[in-house]
Amino acid sequence: MFLPHTDRERQEMLAVIGVKSIEELFTAIPEKYRFPDLKLPSGLTEMEAQEVLSDLASWNDNLQEMICFLGAGAYHHYVPAVVDAIIRRGEFLTAYTPYQAEVSQGTLQAIFDYQSLMTALTAMDVSNASHYDGATAVAEAVTMANAHFRGKRNKVILSPALHPHYRQTIRTYHANTGIEFVGDEPEADLQSHPQQLADHLDTNTALVIVQYPDFFGRIYDYTELAAKTHQAGALFAVSVNPIALGLLKAPGEFGADIVTGEGQPLGIPLSYGGPYLGIFTTKKEFVRKMAGRLVGETVDNRGQKAYVLTLTAREQHIRREKATSNICTNQGLMALAAAVYLSLVGKHGLRQVAELCYHKAHYAAQQISAIEGFSLWSSEPFFHEFVVRTPIPPAELNEKLLEYGIIGGYDLEKDYPSLKNHLMFAVTEMNSKEEIDYLVTTLAEVSHA
Amino acid sequence: MPEPDLCEISVPNRIGFRFPGLDVPKSELPKGLVREVLPLPELYEVDVVRRYTRLSQLNHAIDTGYYPLGSCTMKYNPKINEDMARQPGFAAVHPLQPIQSVQGCLALMYDLQEWLKEIGGFAGVTLQPAAGAQGELTGILIIRAYHKDRGDHKRTKILIPDSAHGTNPATSAMSGMTVVEIKSDERGNVDLEALREQCDDTLAGIMLTNPNTLGLFDEHLEEVIHMVHEAGGLVYGDGANMNALLGILRPGDIGIDVLHYNLHKTFSTPHGGGGPGSGPVGVRSHLVDFLPSPIVTITDEGDEETPPIYGFYSPPKSIGRVKSFHGHFGMMVRAYTYMLMHGKEGLRKISEHAVLNANYLLARLRHVYHVPYDRICMHEFVAEGHWEDAPEIRALDISKRLMDFGFHPPTNYFPLIVHEALMIEPTETESKQTLDAFADALITIAQEARTNPEILKTAPHRTPVGRVDEVKAAKDLILSCGVSVEEEE
Repeated sequence: MFLPHTDRERQEMLAVIGVKSIEELFTAIPEKYRFPDLKLPSGLTEMEAQEVLSDLASWNDNLQEMICFLGAGAYHHYVPAVVDAIIRRGEFLTAYTPYQAEVSQGTLQAIFDYQSLMTALTAMDVSNASHYDGATAVAEAVTMANAHFRGKRNKVILSPALHPHYRQTIRTYHANTGIEFVGDEPEADLQSHPQQLADHLDTNTALVIVQYPDFFGRIYDYTELAAKTHQAGALFAVSVNPIALGLLKAPGEFGADIVTGEGQPLGIPLSYGGPYLGIFTTKKEFVRKMAGRLVGETVDNRGQKAYVLTLTAREQHIRREKATSNICTNQGLMALAAAVYLSLVGKHGLRQVAELCYHKAHYAAQQISAIEGFSLWSSEPFFHEFVVRTPIPPAELNEKLLEYGIIGGYDLEKDYPSLKNHLMFAVTEMNSKEEIDYLVTTLAEVSHA
Repeated sequence: MPEPDLCEISVPNRIGFRFPGLDVPKSELPKGLVREVLPLPELYEVDVVRRYTRLSQLNHAIDTGYYPLGSCTMKYNPKINEDMARQPGFAAVHPLQPIQSVQGCLALMYDLQEWLKEIGGFAGVTLQPAAGAQGELTGILIIRAYHKDRGDHKRTKILIPDSAHGTNPATSAMSGMTVVEIKSDERGNVDLEALREQCDDTLAGIMLTNPNTLGLFDEHLEEVIHMVHEAGGLVYGDGANMNALLGILRPGDIGIDVLHYNLHKTFSTPHGGGGPGSGPVGVRSHLVDFLPSPIVTITDEGDEETPPIYGFYSPPKSIGRVKSFHGHFGMMVRAYTYMLMHGKEGLRKISEHAVLNANYLLARLRHVYHVPYDRICMHEFVAEGHWEDAPEIRALDISKRLMDFGFHPPTNYFPLIVHEALMIEPTETESKQTLDAFADALITIAQEARTNPEILKTAPHRTPVGRVDEVKAAKDLILSCGVSVEEEE
């Protein structure tokens, strides 16, 4: 398997070390705790392990067999074959963080590509090498704003239409940092225009965070809210779905200071929730306050163009307790996947996939809202996700849909008690008209049985 | 030769990928919200495949050669792990699917939690943290929540040995704690006197890396833990070095209250050029109520005929969630595959051979390189990369010269308490032949340092690029190629 040592080699090595047995190497460990008898099974061969894992995998309903209309922060998109062919290459897969630039130019230039593509996509100046996911990226936006104002502004305004997981993660990260969060109180009016968030602005506000498209799929032009935020001296952050940016105005165009997002839709499999990709871009004036790794272009001592990790003095391994974030390992391979995806689909492909999502979702919304008992919750423009009121509880509907081979929508009641009997559907390029029509007829059937 | 920038190879109207045509009626696009400029590259599939294949060939990786990078545990990553994680039954599963449709994922997560509990001697495990640093954050937030829950609000001081990883102090500061550094004694252990001085009623806890970053098992570990507990503090274990302890010592048994694992170090999930990692956290019984939610549990035991049913639960005093969804599930599949293949005997063999390999290299090198804390080491050791009779040579030069021999350098300049540190972690998956070749290279370099120092100062010579100008990179700050390709005519 993975250990090369023969008995003879072990003996030779022990002799060089000057001990008689491997056990002797562990005498520093208190004897009463040494060599515990682990209550674990014995090892399996590759053939046996594969059988166990395949069996477990077969217990799940997977999206190659099911029809999926579920989104809520993770989306079912097509991953071109090229993406996995590249990220599976051992030279990328089994390399460490590119601290030694001379033997890491592949990873470094790939991250540089990723940074270039992310700044272009979001219309911002700089991108870091990634955060863990959409939730932690936006939590780090709060940290950055806090560092920018040196802790002198303690209020952050959260849109209630920011993903519930993101808002929970932000609060976990900032449980002890003295920041107050407003705007997403349980009684917040979910139908009100995001412009209303400006009512919370004051001289103590550090940051306003909105989502685009928002958690419910709606799209708003945030230009005015951004302007008001800036008038109050605060920063404006937008959490994005990168596929939507193939069609929609970029956040940089309406004045965002920080753009974060979940990069999973860019060629990363759903994998039951991870690993995904945290996007983080900002304006150049904030580059030294931004957490995470950064790759910069430079030259080597032979006069060639070369790439290297730069501004590392911001990071934990140099600044220790003075660093604003502890992040080191991030999502290198997922950033590579996103870079390959965007390089391949390019400007035409991204627009095409975004439009497919848009039109198919609008067709689905129209058809579903025409079923008796179903209606659209919002009349605002939306991208590829929308909320409908349902005649029977969404959990019941989803359970029935499952029997018909459909992974249904997201039941909103758990996160938003006021949205009892509201179900959110996502539609992507993976859903054919036939599938949408099948969803519609099935919904009609199971909701009126 | 370096690859050109992405924007340089873009050609207007070149198409890389076609999606199927639209099969539903078009709807009106949202007024005022449609993007006019989308400055992404225009390439075709061959451009993309060649670019990234050629880029990959500029990397050193475990699959191409030896990678003895200290504290990073660059062991071989089994290929079967990759196949298992890519099965549609795992890779094509949405994280919010109905619970009855994801029982295989939950069963795997439950088993992994149980394995990690048993390996570490813990009562509870969360799989949610995305990486080691996020595991640390989770652990420190749990410690803070534990004290707060007892009404003990003034406990905000975290002690950190001077040999610790930089993430430890950064994590503590990020969690709103104050950091006090504790020095090491002359044998590389936590200095007990320095520790005693800090053990007061503001003590929240201590972050210990054990074996520490010198690769040494702290000889006072039990005493350190006892002293911190007596003062009302908790002990955080940095599990970055768990590769030395599988089946050797369970951290929970000796009193470590909370510890993060690095699945991407100890349990062979690939590093991916800087992630994704996975940093599950184990805790002893008094902390299980504070774990991040959700945790996988058995909701119905089942019986002989029906399998158990798995679900999620939220611990009553949970610190909350630390990321979206359930953690890096794809990494969990890989780590679980690896654990299954090793089993209890195999896990112990991993650590035994990691320690054997480290001590063998240490024995071969200690007469050529000064080892400041020289005793039986665990899975790694730290040597000094300088000699009095070769004053101009630094650890960096040795590292760069190693590349010419086809080896990835050790970790440089860490831990901070060793002058010109070379931190060497061989891992268990390397053969005696590889270790010998590596030791021979280091011995040759030590000779070159005296006879031909210039060849070290100008190294590397055989890599795709030579030494890079880091100062220029930080000064120019070219962080993107401004992919803005020419607009169509």
